[in-house]
Amino acid sequence: MDLSSINAVALLASVMMASTPILLAAIGELVVEKAGVLNLGVEGMMITGAIFGFAVSVETGSSGLGFLAAFVGGAALSLIFAVLTQVLLSNQVATGLALTMFGLGFSALVGHSYTGQKPPPTPHLDIQALTDIPYIGPILLNHDYMVYVSLFLVAAVWYFLRYTRSGLILRSVGENHAAAHALGYKVVRIRILAIMFGGGCAGLGGAYLSLIRVPLWTEGMTAGAGWIALALVVFASWKPWRVILGAYLFGGVTILQLNLQAEDVNIPVSYLSMTPYLMTILVLVVMSGTNAPASIGRVFHASH
Amino acid sequence: MRLMKTILTGAALAVGLSGAANAEKLKVGFVYVGPVGDLGWTHEHDQGRLAVEAALGDKVETSYVESVPEGADAERVMTQMALAGTKLIFTTSFGYMDPTINVAAKFPDVKFEHATGYKRSDNVSTYSARFYEGRTVIGHIAGSMTKTNTIGYIASFPIPEVVRGINSAYLAAKAVNPDVKFKVIWVFTWFDPGKEADAANALIEQGADIIMQHTDSPAAMTIAEEKGIYAFGQASDMMQFGPNARLSSIIDNWGPYYVARTKAVLDGTWSSTDTWDGIAPGMVQIGAFSDKVPADVQASAQALADGLAAGTIHSFTGPIKKQDGSPWLAAGEIADDGTLAGMSFYVEGIEGDLPN
Repeated sequence: MDLSSINAVALLASVMMASTPILLAAIGELVVEKAGVLNLGVEGMMITGAIFGFAVSVETGSSGLGFLAAFVGGAALSLIFAVLTQVLLSNQVATGLALTMFGLGFSALVGHSYTGQKPPPTPHLDIQALTDIPYIGPILLNHDYMVYVSLFLVAAVWYFLRYTRSGLILRSVGENHAAAHALGYKVVRIRILAIMFGGGCAGLGGAYLSLIRVPLWTEGMTAGAGWIALALVVFASWKPWRVILGAYLFGGVTILQLNLQAEDVNIPVSYLSMTPYLMTILVLVVMSGTNAPASIGRVFHASH
Repeated sequence: MRLMKTILTGAALAVGLSGAANAEKLKVGFVYVGPVGDLGWTHEHDQGRLAVEAALGDKVETSYVESVPEGADAERVMTQMALAGTKLIFTTSFGYMDPTINVAAKFPDVKFEHATGYKRSDNVSTYSARFYEGRTVIGHIAGSMTKTNTIGYIASFPIPEVVRGINSAYLAAKAVNPDVKFKVIWVFTWFDPGKEADAANALIEQGADIIMQHTDSPAAMTIAEEKGIYAFGQASDMMQFGPNARLSSIIDNWGPYYVARTKAVLDGTWSSTDTWDGIAPGMVQIGAFSDKVPADVQASAQALADGLAAGTIHSFTGPIKKQDGSPWLAAGEIADDGTLAGMSFYVEGIEGDLPN
């Protein structure tokens, strides 16, 4: 068992890259769930963002505009979910699942003419002085800008939820929507905005897959990443910093098992490929989900 | 009123006539395991379907269902096709084997063609391509061109077809480069661009400078292009994903076989057969060599391909031992189809264990 040729630096760098899509989707979903809505349509929003981002990037030649379009695309799809669940009061779980399937099919339709195309490259942080710092340089300071955007987003969400008034209002809507409504806060409006933010972030995560990580467009390319993101939110006990921990842990174990396989490590491959999911289940069992927002998943109907 | 009657009669006649005309067309259905847009495995099957339409368009009507999961869903789709009057159904993935047999038993007048399987019945044929012959050629090119002596292989499931591919590529590479090493990553999926990209990255980090794959998407080729290393197109040419990276490719050419089988159903000469064609009948095509391949390697690879087509060279010719050292083929002995069809061992020299 020769672990010496696993290049630890390259490994950690690729962990950050592999974890970013689920990190983006999870942080968006965290905001949605904090507002008391359970949106199971993350997978659909991710893949919609993937194709919108890809299509706009290819058409305009700019990956930045692509990411912007992905955010808008994901938000637009989640707006459908928002209208259905907040205005028309449909069941959130069922609507979310329907949204996933719709997103997958819709993106396949839009993406039909984009198979086989290559997107423009995304700029990397490439300051030689920073990259030359041993260890920290290649691991942390040599990524494309979306990795840094994702980390900034987590920090921003944390600050917003913890220290701002609007964040407090959002949390109160999630904890007890009847009380929030009684206090005069517009529950439906706040939830719709939260849902759109969550959809936009999931779209960014999907676009990261189609523009940077793979990078090409194929139908169904998210391959279940949205579900992992949903699990990550619970894993993180709805705390923003723990989402980073969960995403990097999951991404890390996934990448590690691939590297261990290439290293001919003597653990059967089937066990190795189970490890990311086992790890997630283990942590979910150890950390019970007692931090869930109290009103999550419940339909809000203004009684007065 | 008179005008009305005339119009209605005319319409009824038109419908009746077109109905009669349609009733003569043979309905051919295709069940795909991935999306037509995968530009890999399923794409080539669809090209085969289009070839059938081009050759026999006035006599057949084709339809397809894509991204059908292997298992109960596949049975449902096949049953639906049979109930809709489809008389010839191509099921294009190994995992459709049992569903095909089950549905075939329920519809004895519908003919089934199952790709890469081994179970047959009166109305089920199997067909596959000797992809491993293609692997011999690309293994030869890879062995000749690798600078780091490490070749990365992205494998899907440990079924005999995949193991054959690894073995034949390795044998061909080792024949020109005794120091070559293969690193194999099992991704347990036929189609997952994200995972394939991650596996390609992991292999590159481990020092591979040429990537081979037995998965269906062009993700690995795209990563190879990005990282400036070489790769081979799998099932489809994949030139547009790797203009610099792509050295050559193995192209599955199902068109001629599909047209022949459809004609057999139209003529009434169809019977259950097992077809395993390789380079010779044109089912396996080697993609054009890119100009990154040196002229002498191109020549020797072409000679290899020609030899395989002519039957003078065989991918598995002894002396070959199994990975555990036990003897398999004596000097000059050629592997028989039976052993190849059930191959579940690595040949000597490949490191690592086969997953179960």
